[in-house]
Amino acid sequence: MAGAKNHDYHILPPDIWPFFGAFAALTMAFGGVMWLHPDVFGSFGPMVFAIGVATVALTFYAWWSNVVKEAHAGDHTPVVQLHLRYGMILFIASEVMFFVGWFWAWFDYSLFPQPLEFAEGFTTNMIGQEGAEAFVQWPPKGIEVLNAFELPLLNTLILLCSGTTVTWAHHSLIHGNRKGLITGLWLTIILGAVFSAIQAYEYSIAPFPFAGINYSSAFYMATGFHGFHVLVGTIFLIVCLARSYKGHFTPKQHFGFEAAAWYWHFVDVVWLFLFLAVYVWGGWGAPVH
Amino acid sequence: MTTIAADGQIVDDHAHDADHKPAFFQRWFMSTNHKDIGTLYLIFAIIAGIIGGAISGMMRMELAEPGIQYLTGWVGAGASMDEALHLWNVLITAHGLIMVFFMVMPAMIGGFGNWFVPLMIGAPDMAFPRMNNVSFWLLIPAFLLLLGSAFVPGGTGDGAGTGWTVYAPLSTSGSVGPAVDMAILSLHLAGASSILGAVNFITTILNMRAPGMTLHKMPLFVWSVLVTAFLLLLALPVLAAAITMLLTDRNFGTTFFDAAGGGDPVLYQHLFWFFGHPEVYIMILPGFGMVSHIISTFSRKPIFGYLGMAYAMVAIGVVGFVVWAHHMFTTGMSVNVKMYFTAATMVIAVPTGIKIFSWIATMWGGSMTFKTPMVWALGFIFMFTVGGVTGVVLANGGIDDNLHDTYYVVAHFHYVLSLGAVFSIFAGFYYWFPKMSGRHYSELLGQLHFWIFFIGVNVLFFPMHFLGNQSMPRRYPDYPEQFAYWNEIASIGYAIMAVGVLIFFVNIAWAFIAGRKAEDNYWGEGATTLEWTLSSPPPFHQFETLPQIK
Repeated sequence: MAGAKNHDYHILPPDIWPFFGAFAALTMAFGGVMWLHPDVFGSFGPMVFAIGVATVALTFYAWWSNVVKEAHAGDHTPVVQLHLRYGMILFIASEVMFFVGWFWAWFDYSLFPQPLEFAEGFTTNMIGQEGAEAFVQWPPKGIEVLNAFELPLLNTLILLCSGTTVTWAHHSLIHGNRKGLITGLWLTIILGAVFSAIQAYEYSIAPFPFAGINYSSAFYMATGFHGFHVLVGTIFLIVCLARSYKGHFTPKQHFGFEAAAWYWHFVDVVWLFLFLAVYVWGGWGAPVH
Repeated sequence: MTTIAADGQIVDDHAHDADHKPAFFQRWFMSTNHKDIGTLYLIFAIIAGIIGGAISGMMRMELAEPGIQYLTGWVGAGASMDEALHLWNVLITAHGLIMVFFMVMPAMIGGFGNWFVPLMIGAPDMAFPRMNNVSFWLLIPAFLLLLGSAFVPGGTGDGAGTGWTVYAPLSTSGSVGPAVDMAILSLHLAGASSILGAVNFITTILNMRAPGMTLHKMPLFVWSVLVTAFLLLLALPVLAAAITMLLTDRNFGTTFFDAAGGGDPVLYQHLFWFFGHPEVYIMILPGFGMVSHIISTFSRKPIFGYLGMAYAMVAIGVVGFVVWAHHMFTTGMSVNVKMYFTAATMVIAVPTGIKIFSWIATMWGGSMTFKTPMVWALGFIFMFTVGGVTGVVLANGGIDDNLHDTYYVVAHFHYVLSLGAVFSIFAGFYYWFPKMSGRHYSELLGQLHFWIFFIGVNVLFFPMHFLGNQSMPRRYPDYPEQFAYWNEIASIGYAIMAVGVLIFFVNIAWAFIAGRKAEDNYWGEGATTLEWTLSSPPPFHQFETLPQIK
């Protein structure tokens, strides 16, 4: 019969959210620019930006709600599940390359240090001046670093521990133990939240400011983007927790959970590199705050 | 390559009556259909091409003779000469960004990739049809942000005048105002669009090939899109990081690229070109794929050295990631680094040579016909080779010290893009237009378009080699008398080319008004890939029963 579908692929009906989401992204981007330049655009920037963020969030919510509904409707055949796996792995691969950019900046500054002096919030670049060689060091002279073996080490242990709890949840799920799944997810989310809280606290007591010197630019943006990914990963896990209570996952079909777990492990691995390269190696020899 | 077992059930796909096309708004604004999204991409690319091409027309008008002729008028009464010169920077920036991100990439990957990757692998649609649509629609906001940036302050005058490379410190402390922020966010959105598209293409190609179509039986155009998608996936996030650093340097006081705070402007160039060099292969690889099919079709021979052709593209993609600093030979790098990047760059000439010679070997002894797509493909091979040869010249770190930022470089990259990528786009367009629209274009107008365009672009760009050798620098609206002769010739070339483009549009209009209906396989036995087993245009949903590949 013509027009009958004889394959397992997912053919979707028309959907408004891609179109809506694209213009939500435009609202967010342009609202951000308006906010940054009130002299040109007036004072509506924060409002437009907030509308943009809200509509982008709405898009994500609506879009993935539909995906969940389709999964329950049986649209996610084995081959479609395979697509989702490929999609998630490829997305994570692109995320890895995003962090390559931030690590590149960090290693550029730390392996080829400039003769800098940082004092009272101001940076002086001595390059070309007499005696500049004495200032060539990393971290720059005048930077007090955070002790890698206090809170950052604790955070490392927390994230590693959360990697085991998410695996606990996964194994419980595979064995049809919903209680174990929920306990494991709760622990993972709590550990993630504690990590974020400790990061926020550490930023608040950090001895170097955000602006003005390459050390803090690379430090805050690399760890900050990691922190943002921890938040996203935590939200992803919270969604999985809610879905666990609703009984969405079965031992055979639970890709939403697996994607969250993969993402969480990715965030974990990025942290290990940050811990080693930024906190331990990158702060070696500098006075500790 | 592949031959198709005529499975009796494929005939079902010719039943147009089974098409249930959605209503207008649903079909074109809420689409989850790869062919409709491909059409949207092609229309978008044509519109962007007109805008980007008009901007280059403004540039050629200004450059037609020495002195400032038009800029002061365009920038408006009461504006200073600095603002007029800033407008020049805005024009070159917009031309570059529009042609790269909003014309070539949407046409090749979004347009032809969307249309023909599923058809050629025997798939009913893309792996993620909804995500496919957001890839397209994100381009519209990106384009609006870029165009909008021209009307807000960007430092010396309105608009982003940073060059398409957005180098710091011109793009940071050198461009106060929202224009450059808008351009940066435009690139963020375009980048997100391309990354999502790349995820979609890789998943589709790896998982949705028809039963029996192994990777080594996959059409070369699909191979080219697969390699391109990997380049996009791995290169664009690095650009995203780099332009995010620009954003925070501009607005939040970081010093990534500000030497006063220990930042490194050359770091930006590294990050940019780590993306930027794969980007040039992103713009040409799909063209390689299309040209392979066209040469094979019109020689009535399978492509020579199919596997070598496929893996040459893989090799170009892989090596393309480790040659980026040849764009930066004059940044003060050490001789050893220069030697490495010179040698690594030249290595790319080997797989590229494999492709050129395999195309020639395909034609050798073939039963050739010179229909419109074929002449465009031949023009592509010839002109791309010229651009490739000047590329080998520029790959030499020592020679590049002399030629860097001269019109020799402009000539080089327009030969590989404007005469390479664009020729392959026109070749693909004429090859597949009847398949997509169901209508034949006029062969006479197609040939006329080719010859006028071919003459035009060569008159336009070949003199730039001479200007470069005379050390005329790029990115200047004015020049001394000694460069006047070849600049005038180049501007005449632009006018000739523009006539060619006009004929192209007449031809499209002619096809829709008077073109006769296209058969399923209007190129005959030389065209062997799966799209030729379908009607022209194909049904709204094709391959409801998957084809079997022997």
